[in-house]
Amino acid sequence: MSQAEATDLGLKIGQAEVTGMGLTMYRMSSWLKSPRPYLMVIGFAFLLATWYFTVEVWKLPRFQDMPGITEVFSEWFSKDPYYGLSIYTPEYYKHILISLRRIAYAFFLATILGVPLGLFLGWSKTLREYIFPLFEVFRPIPVLAWVPLAIIIFSGSETPVIFLTFLASFFATTLNTMLGVESIDESYSRAAYCLGASRWQTFKHVVVPGAMPYIFTGLQISIGVAWFSLVAGEMVSGQYGLGYLINTSYMMIEYPKIIIGMITLGVIGYSTSALVRLAGDYMMQWRVRELALGDN
Amino acid sequence: MSSDNSKSQGNSEIVANNISKSFGAGPFAKEVVKDCSFSIESNKLTVMIGPSGCGKSSIIQLIAGFEQPTSGEITMNGVPITGPGKDRLVLFQESALFPWMTTYDNIMYGPRARGEGGKESTDLADFLLNKVGLEAFKDKYPAQLSGGMQRRAELARAMINKPEIMILDEPFRGLDHMSKELMWEYYAGLYEEDRNTNFFITTDIDEAIFLADRLLVMTNLPTSTRKVIDIDIPRPRKIDDVADSDRANEIKTEVMTLLHEEAMKSFSGGSKAAADFLEAYSKRSG
Repeated sequence: MSQAEATDLGLKIGQAEVTGMGLTMYRMSSWLKSPRPYLMVIGFAFLLATWYFTVEVWKLPRFQDMPGITEVFSEWFSKDPYYGLSIYTPEYYKHILISLRRIAYAFFLATILGVPLGLFLGWSKTLREYIFPLFEVFRPIPVLAWVPLAIIIFSGSETPVIFLTFLASFFATTLNTMLGVESIDESYSRAAYCLGASRWQTFKHVVVPGAMPYIFTGLQISIGVAWFSLVAGEMVSGQYGLGYLINTSYMMIEYPKIIIGMITLGVIGYSTSALVRLAGDYMMQWRVRELALGDN
Repeated sequence: MSSDNSKSQGNSEIVANNISKSFGAGPFAKEVVKDCSFSIESNKLTVMIGPSGCGKSSIIQLIAGFEQPTSGEITMNGVPITGPGKDRLVLFQESALFPWMTTYDNIMYGPRARGEGGKESTDLADFLLNKVGLEAFKDKYPAQLSGGMQRRAELARAMINKPEIMILDEPFRGLDHMSKELMWEYYAGLYEEDRNTNFFITTDIDEAIFLADRLLVMTNLPTSTRKVIDIDIPRPRKIDDVADSDRANEIKTEVMTLLHEEAMKSFSGGSKAAADFLEAYSKRSG
């Protein structure tokens, strides 16, 4: 064995196989050993302290109607909440579940329609000529501008909200998928053709997996904007849901519930993003290993 | 691997007859290949060497059928080349292993794509993995392999298809010298296994002389064939033997002189690459 090869082997053997889960665990433990989590705690503490002092200690002029941190948290964790909403009331979970269900429908629809459309748009130049200009015009229209049309077109209170949520997700997913296809180095498809693959095989084996990293970036953006549009939709239409909760609490002057709704949105929104990321790592083992060699 | 040489009827498999090729639109077109003629003989390893940026890669595009010559004609077994075909397999400069497939799946890609993923192919894949020293890495992804290993995996991925002619475009460029020599040995070993027709493009004189049966020395841009040299050093060759061989050094001097003349011509035409070559040449012979 030559020396060059020996170095090759020395580098690679003994290196534990990286899996999605393993990498997540490793990142978690090195994260805990780094100063980052403690900085994060300080960041949160700073925010909460500012809230506490401005509202409850200094009672600054514009903050007098703002619910204080003690009021919010005692309401949130109370067994007998004054405004009727806490982690002990079924109504709280009903808001969460209904929002989650809308997100699930919208995200699912946006994904099963957006990913294939994006793949074909990236792949077929002709199709892109037809559809992409339409996209460019529709994409900058904010979701809120769609609210009246959504209510006119869709019946009931549920479908307009799902439609609005779907819309923003769909654009994000489709565009990123298309960019993903365009990002694939031409040498991969040339190699596939050279090795005897048909056009359809090249699509399946090169275009789809090659675009996968972008697709998952798109899906992460998509789930983020889904929450954004969901809240917009729920504020206008619909019954129940976190956006609805925030808006009606404002109308009913039950201000602590606004904050409870907001924090819940933040936590749940973050969790759904994390789930999408985990799904991506699970589906792209090759990518996980590529990245594992790069960072950390 | 049994050698199946029944397909070699003629002597010259690929013949380029007075081909020219320009790239670019209308008045901005640049002539890259001009009145170029050469042949690639059956069951030989033909190496094409020329100054970097001289248009060798364009010739590969033409042989592969990705591009058509502006004038002239390239034929394979007497039939004009009009598009890509699986009889000609190109190994490109840049690594094109699919990052989302393991080494083994990459190697098996060709046979599987053609629906020939049976026992014969899996046996051949195992044989080739062994031959390029990657059996221990068959379940790794390309990003987990070193540069040299990736190139070897790619060689195996191409060779498993037993193409009638294999075309390699500077496949070992960018590897360090030690990995490069290792690659030459692996590659020459694979070639000697069944002596298929191989066409290999390089800018490295040592690589060219070590590997070639026939050496085509090209002119600078727009490129054409300057000289054809038969490398009559017996096979199998050893790196050290070739380095010490008088014949090899004689050929090397000749090729250097030819390339130097070409570089002189294009240096007067303002080429930066030629200036680099001239500097290296003067250091070497000075």
